Amino acid sequence: MIWNEKIECASRDEMRDIQAERLKETVRRIYHNVPSYRQKMQEAGLVPGDIQSVDDLSKLPFTLKTDMRDNYPFGLFTVPMSEIVRIHASSGTTGKPTVVGYTRKDLNNWAEMVTRSLCMAGVHREDIVQVAYGYGLFTGGLGLHYGCENLGASVIPISGGNTDKQLQLMEDFGTTVIACTPSYSLHLGEELKAKGIDKSKLKLRVGIFGAEPWTENMRKEIEASLGIKAIDIYGLSEIMGPGVSCECEHQAGMHIMEDHFIPEIIDPETLQPLPAGEIGELVFTTITKEGIPLIRYRTRDLTRLNYEKCACGRTLVRMEKCKGRSDDMLIIRGVNVFPSQIETVLLEMSETSPHYLIIVEREGNLDSVKLMVEVQEQFFSDEIKQLEALRKKITHKLQSTLGISVDVKLVEPKTIERTAGKAKRVIDNRNL
Amino acid sequence: MIIKQLSVFLENKTGRLNEVTQILGNAGINMSAFSVADTSEFGILRMIVSEPEKALSILKDADFSVRLTDVICLNSPNEPGALARALNILSGENVFIEYLYAYSMDDKTANIVLKPDNIQKCIEVLQEHKMELVRASEMYKI
Repeated sequence: MIWNEKIECASRDEMRDIQAERLKETVRRIYHNVPSYRQKMQEAGLVPGDIQSVDDLSKLPFTLKTDMRDNYPFGLFTVPMSEIVRIHASSGTTGKPTVVGYTRKDLNNWAEMVTRSLCMAGVHREDIVQVAYGYGLFTGGLGLHYGCENLGASVIPISGGNTDKQLQLMEDFGTTVIACTPSYSLHLGEELKAKGIDKSKLKLRVGIFGAEPWTENMRKEIEASLGIKAIDIYGLSEIMGPGVSCECEHQAGMHIMEDHFIPEIIDPETLQPLPAGEIGELVFTTITKEGIPLIRYRTRDLTRLNYEKCACGRTLVRMEKCKGRSDDMLIIRGVNVFPSQIETVLLEMSETSPHYLIIVEREGNLDSVKLMVEVQEQFFSDEIKQLEALRKKITHKLQSTLGISVDVKLVEPKTIERTAGKAKRVIDNRNL
Repeated sequence: MIIKQLSVFLENKTGRLNEVTQILGNAGINMSAFSVADTSEFGILRMIVSEPEKALSILKDADFSVRLTDVICLNSPNEPGALARALNILSGENVFIEYLYAYSMDDKTANIVLKPDNIQKCIEVLQEHKMELVRASEMYKI
């Protein structure tokens, strides 16, 4: 079923007309309400009237994650707080989170995007959807939740973790759709097997997986272990949350909700737009968002776009699974982690040096992070309890800043390799 | 009375202890007492050596995390109950021991290296009870 056929199957001309109107309005609103972006436009010699069509988009300056930090927490909002009804946040590149605000209309639009995504995945109102994304500041849980309700499906808002209960409810309630990170779905599959639960006793048929990169091989493994169709959903809180794009049942790229977001692909080095079909960095301009509209936001995700009509009948442009990042962000168990966040924590503590090494592994199907930190000579204590206390303190600070647990290992000084150029801070042993 | 003990941070990996002993051996530094405390992640090597300051600087130059720690050494009769007597006195005076290691000199006496929380108080208490403490200069010579 196609939820909004008029939009999802619109001709390219129709879509460009919708986008042009909304783009003009968005640029006007930001110019008049966000001093920092107005300044950027002025520096580029632009006024809102210079933007008349989607082709003019490339004249506009970019918005970066650092702009969100510089305007922390609410500086990029274009409406008064009385209009903001929800706040979400994700990792920033340093200690401060990246904050986004939604108006009532934003939430309604978001719910519709998720509903469209669910329909793409073949979910309908008779389905029972277990939402095992985290509920909270993370957009995954609540994003999926309201989309399911909007569709009329039955939602089980179980949130993340607690695998035993997940499996119990899956069995007892007859869950037909599971929404979580792909790595967690693999974990569920393993636990199912370990507990000797016959998957034919479950009614699961569709999985909606996102928030972290996964390969086609993982897809095959998930589909086999849970006996489902695994659908990829994409989103980022800066732009909206899950449902910015989603695969249809043909699993041939994720349809972008183009009536809300205009995608571009740029060369991350030259920052010039690339022709359709080339791999580059994905850039989004939001064109309906009221709370925090963003112009040419650099997602840092590398992908390519396909404007051909899909076998499902939709004309919404499709993006391929992300090929990687143009920055050093890691996605660990669905949580975005920047090495710079870890560095900030270590620098704030006088006992540690900023010499560290992050090792990411996938054990079983879950990611684990080990952090090697050098013990500074002046803080070396010959008492084990003091070194253990230091280790605990680092672990605790990282947990509260990053939102994930890190296995901290104290190592001898000068054992972490120094390189002349950019230090190698991350060893990612996962084969993503 | 106060003895400078050399403490070295060691990661749990093959060959590190060997490296320390080789460096000291090549520098002509003798070890008279030696203990390794280990956790699952790392170890701390504690030792009394013939030239603590020299050992400190050569190990530093070799990029080890190393420091000198003040300890005392109790010379006690090598007989049943001797250690218990000493510890009984210390606990009676609320002297807390962070760690200790001991070794027998011969069948008559044993040396007990102690790291108390309050080293001055520990020395006073032991001396009041006529316990024999080993001089640093003697200790380094062993």
